[in-house]
Amino acid sequence: MPEHIPHDSVGLVTPQVHHFDQPLTLRSGRVLPSYDLVYETYGELNADKSNAILICHALSGDHHAAGYHSMDDKKPGWWDSAIGPGKAIDTRRFFVVALNNLGGCSGSSGPTSINPETGKPWGPDFPIVAVRDWVNSQARLADVLGIEQWAAVVGGSLGGMQVLRWSIQFPERLRHAVVIASAPKLSAQNIAFNEVARQAIAKDPDFHDGHYLEHDTIPKTGLMQARMLGHLTYLSDDAMKQKFGRELKEGKLNYSFAPEFQVESYLHYQGEKFSTRFDANTYMLMTKALDYFDPAADYDNDLVQCLSQARCDFLVMSFTTDWRFSPERSQEIVDALTHADKNVSYACIESENGHDAFLLPIPRYLEIFSAYMDRVAADIPASNSGEPA
Amino acid sequence: MSSAVAETLRDDHALIQRGVKPGSQVLDLGCGDGSLLKYLRQHKNVRGYGLEINPDNITACIRNGVNVIEQDLDKGLRNFEDGSIDTVIMTQALQAVERPDLLLDEMLRIGNEAIVTFPNFGYWRTRFYLMLKGRMPMSETLPYNWYDTPNIHMCTFRDFEILCREKGIKILNKTVVDDQHKQHWTIRLWPAMLGEIAVYHITRR
Repeated sequence: MPEHIPHDSVGLVTPQVHHFDQPLTLRSGRVLPSYDLVYETYGELNADKSNAILICHALSGDHHAAGYHSMDDKKPGWWDSAIGPGKAIDTRRFFVVALNNLGGCSGSSGPTSINPETGKPWGPDFPIVAVRDWVNSQARLADVLGIEQWAAVVGGSLGGMQVLRWSIQFPERLRHAVVIASAPKLSAQNIAFNEVARQAIAKDPDFHDGHYLEHDTIPKTGLMQARMLGHLTYLSDDAMKQKFGRELKEGKLNYSFAPEFQVESYLHYQGEKFSTRFDANTYMLMTKALDYFDPAADYDNDLVQCLSQARCDFLVMSFTTDWRFSPERSQEIVDALTHADKNVSYACIESENGHDAFLLPIPRYLEIFSAYMDRVAADIPASNSGEPA
Repeated sequence: MSSAVAETLRDDHALIQRGVKPGSQVLDLGCGDGSLLKYLRQHKNVRGYGLEINPDNITACIRNGVNVIEQDLDKGLRNFEDGSIDTVIMTQALQAVERPDLLLDEMLRIGNEAIVTFPNFGYWRTRFYLMLKGRMPMSETLPYNWYDTPNIHMCTFRDFEILCREKGIKILNKTVVDDQHKQHWTIRLWPAMLGEIAVYHITRR
């Protein structure tokens, strides 16, 4: 637990849930008759409701982006390094909204929640959602909060894809887009990684075609394997070399198939931890949303034409050793934006930490992020009511 | 790269901005802290992007509200389309790139026009420095030793003009100034000898 809350933390936070009764038609054609979204907010919404920042989470993230839920929490929210008083996303001047996306397993409607039509958990019958469905649901949450236009929409990885989607789907509803360690669409290699992860889950005997909850079990082994593979692709060769090298757990070879190298037990630990907190059907869903994302497909596969719809300014960032969402993929976004004549800045941050870098407090990364967020703050329209923001 | 030569920005920019049409689009290669782009946006309603590799400069550009893209000029500009920019600008960086000749080609492929500034290695002090001391010239404009200088392709005004002729590049305008970017009647008497910095406005059309 935090002995005391750090001064640059948003402190103790309480999630809120909003129930939506208006049906949501999904990209797949299916309709969610009603749904819940769980979200957290940090900072104060100004009188004009013009200082709001939306945080879009990645594959395994949720609404708990910053601060602590209780004094018993061992760790703060997943992006505490970037959100808080005095941090890049400074909660002294911004009102920050973070939610758990539809299909998630942290409180928003998803495979583990009850299907009102059957009275049982949705399980594998929860409709497959696409990035645009998330963005539509996020826009409805913005309506509930009275936010007509976000000062910025911000996200890394799959979160960055939601930001891109926002910029073309609701061009008038955001002034700035921050797209970090992302891509305009997944490569075949990336889809392949996702498929191996899904197969690991689907072939676990405890998966029961996704109906594991009815069998009072979870596909723990499959989920562990999926996470181990995923986690591996989020690290770089250099980072692993530095962190583990060929170090042995017991200092000697045991000539057994039990984990002997430190890197093995690390992966086991990560897999184990994940398998107890994350839902397997959600994992399947989220990876599908990743695979399907390809906004240019609606514009003759022309990303320039696609991003021409945007009205906001962009900051794009990537990390040198990220091979899952490599700098070249971010460069594709930047090139399309310059061809479309959009305001865009791009930085490729030196880091040894692979894809994971976007969650880490890397000085140059946070410096550029902060500099850009200063601009976002400067673009908040002067208040009509004369109240300070 | 952009800070390879000590520069007094304001006067430099005053000279360059003359060649930039109001409301046009520019690309600034090695844009430093973005102050030229900021000036052009504020005073001439010019849109554009700066390319830079220095991390501090990139942050400064973002603080200046300028579009900056982290990109190494030595790795080419293939991500910009032919004729997509009105004016491509390069301030005091020509002598610091790997292949100035190829970069000039790239500038005039992307841009309809280009503005290039660079220090004159044929400046009389430089010539005398080498002749009398027998050592590679150093000065306030060129403060580096031969072994650590980023200015790896120094040239004289004549060298540059011969390269332009060979490449079929037309010189629209040439302004020769001192190290403070000031014009002076004495320089006009013998620019190749008395000028320290030149601003060339070029095109291929």
